[in-house]
Amino acid sequence: MTSAPTDNAILGSHARGSDTVSSEDLLVVTDLQKHFPIRRGLLQRQVGAVQAVDGMSFTVRKGETLSLVGESGCGKTTTGRMLTRLIEPTGGTILFEGRDITHLSAGKMRPLRRDVQMIFQDPYGSLNPRHTVGTIVGAPFRLQHVKTEHGTKKAVQELLELVGLSPEHYNRYPHEFSGGQRQRIGIARALALKPKLIVADEPVSALDVSIQAQVINLLEDLQDELGLTYVTIAHDLSVVRHMSDRVAVMYLGKMVEIADRTPLYERPMHPYTVALMSAVPIPDTGRRTKRDRIRLEGDVPSPINPPAACRFHTRCWKAQEVCSTIEPPLAELAPGHRVACHFPENLIDLPVPTTRAGSPGPPQD
Amino acid sequence: MTTTAIPQAGDPAVRPGIEGFLQVKDLRVHFPTDDGVVKSVDGLSFNLERGETLGIVGESGSGKSVTSLSIMGLHAPGTANISGQVTLNGDNLIGASSEHIRRLRGKDMAMIFQDPLSAMHPYYTVGHQIIEAYRVHNNVSKKVARKHAIDMLDRVGIPQPDARVDEYPHQFSGGMRQRAMIAMALSCDPELLIADEPTTALDVTVQAQILDLIRDLQQEFNSAVIIITHDLGVVAELADDILVMYAGRAVEYATAHEIFTAPQHPYTWGLLGSMPRLDRERTERLRPIPGAPPSLINVPSGCPFHPRCAYARLTDGASETLRPEFTEISSRHFLACHLTVQDRQRVWENDIRPSL
Repeated sequence: MTSAPTDNAILGSHARGSDTVSSEDLLVVTDLQKHFPIRRGLLQRQVGAVQAVDGMSFTVRKGETLSLVGESGCGKTTTGRMLTRLIEPTGGTILFEGRDITHLSAGKMRPLRRDVQMIFQDPYGSLNPRHTVGTIVGAPFRLQHVKTEHGTKKAVQELLELVGLSPEHYNRYPHEFSGGQRQRIGIARALALKPKLIVADEPVSALDVSIQAQVINLLEDLQDELGLTYVTIAHDLSVVRHMSDRVAVMYLGKMVEIADRTPLYERPMHPYTVALMSAVPIPDTGRRTKRDRIRLEGDVPSPINPPAACRFHTRCWKAQEVCSTIEPPLAELAPGHRVACHFPENLIDLPVPTTRAGSPGPPQD
Repeated sequence: MTTTAIPQAGDPAVRPGIEGFLQVKDLRVHFPTDDGVVKSVDGLSFNLERGETLGIVGESGSGKSVTSLSIMGLHAPGTANISGQVTLNGDNLIGASSEHIRRLRGKDMAMIFQDPLSAMHPYYTVGHQIIEAYRVHNNVSKKVARKHAIDMLDRVGIPQPDARVDEYPHQFSGGMRQRAMIAMALSCDPELLIADEPTTALDVTVQAQILDLIRDLQQEFNSAVIIITHDLGVVAELADDILVMYAGRAVEYATAHEIFTAPQHPYTWGLLGSMPRLDRERTERLRPIPGAPPSLINVPSGCPFHPRCAYARLTDGASETLRPEFTEISSRHFLACHLTVQDRQRVWENDIRPSL
């Protein structure tokens, strides 16, 4: 685990809405695990498991934005759903404001749902098409039996204004809105009961580029205004760099690297992170042929049968025998920067230059 | 419709194209609906040569996908009113009989769709689908076609192609499925390949592989490629020229280099300015384009972008009433905008360039 004083010093300079950041950990996740059983046969005996998330440990401080990035099948969405307890973990613990919520019953979890909310990826699937906007955004008040000063409708209309919609939209149905507007409705719903933590699962990836920017700005403004803490799940590295204070990179259910935003993008250490960054297409024609792009061979292995020891070793150009026999621990190789690799890149303490031949340097000039 | 006098695309005497391998002139695609006429494409023109890649960039409702479906003749008959001219190697596609188009489709022009899982038939093996495509256009035995299918799967980088040729689409991962679809599209060596958001549904590392593959195959087959996407990074990687579409119309057309270093249309400026970029300093706030893309039933009068344009006021009302012509403003750079050259230069130098 990271040491508190170092993290505070780093976060103090990087966190958004900086003057209200406290040193409290809002969320402490330890060795989080989710295995989905695979059952076969008449008796439905368990014959294996999809090892979706394995041993995730991280903390989220009040007021910051932590992003989980990775490709399909890395377990980031499953992790996000465990944080909101839409799924129950099969191992590990989740502490929210110091309280263990890992295996709370539905009844005990219910009051906590005011504090932990989720924004979903699909603006078309996440709103009930048969409910008006007023019903959708007002539902949290009803479900949690919250009485507001001037009535639910007024509260809903204020929320609509807060997210940049008009109060007159109260009586409209989701199909009358564009994707970006529907996402705003989803955000209004998530904000209804003034949550402390919002898990945003790919909040802008389904939106057009010009609308993405609007919604990203909105999320940032709301964070400043309302003192929100975000855990964002995303795959677009450019958006993640813009929005995050800290970034955790996942691969096949494991966290392979976690660091503050700037060190991660300027000096990624895990080979997978380096490959991921080099794969992002840059809107600059001058770079097209000159780029030292790392080509990862093949596809991500199945989480039913992940590779032994370091799960990335089957696609890693630096892999050696130890990588398939000993699992690299998540070690702090620079202040606040943890990496799980036997042969990390960009180590600043060691003499580097000659070892870089054949493996591209950091993605930015 | 066509007689033997009209040269077929495969005829060596005709290659390369007459005056533009693919020529689109004033294409209009309107869909009559109960709510009104949806003008998905409203007067689009461009040319493309073999060996070149055109990137069509636009957001939802820009008309980019409808354009490609129109070229391929894939609109259900009776649903769309299509006018204008689309010629492929001198062969007129609009108004041609569906029989004629079917002969061209797959053989001379092919398409890769965004979501391979819904574009491929779930009940037939991948091999069967490639073989079917190949045998429609080539009179060969099943055995020969099967060998060809295996060769194509190998060519697109699918490991163990002789085993995987008998697998179903759902047994492939996303990246492999997209490769299989590319194999299917290229099985008859088409001269025109249209890729409609080919990598949007894929992870970024797989996307990189697929883009490299498309580039390699284009060089090998000397195909003309149209890549349709909203991702400016993808288009910078692949395209020689870029056409920016908005509300069913072309607003800017230039070489890829020009579009990224000296764009001239306010919408292009907006797109470039609203994206967070890894190769630039991180900014505190993104600069989105205000508003949202317009409804294609009620396209704004005059210039369709004017309600969202920060510079509409400089045009003395012209952008609200007059539709801007798509004209050549400098060598191989076309623009549809009412701003005067001086105003545009001024805004570019003072407002836009420093912040891009």
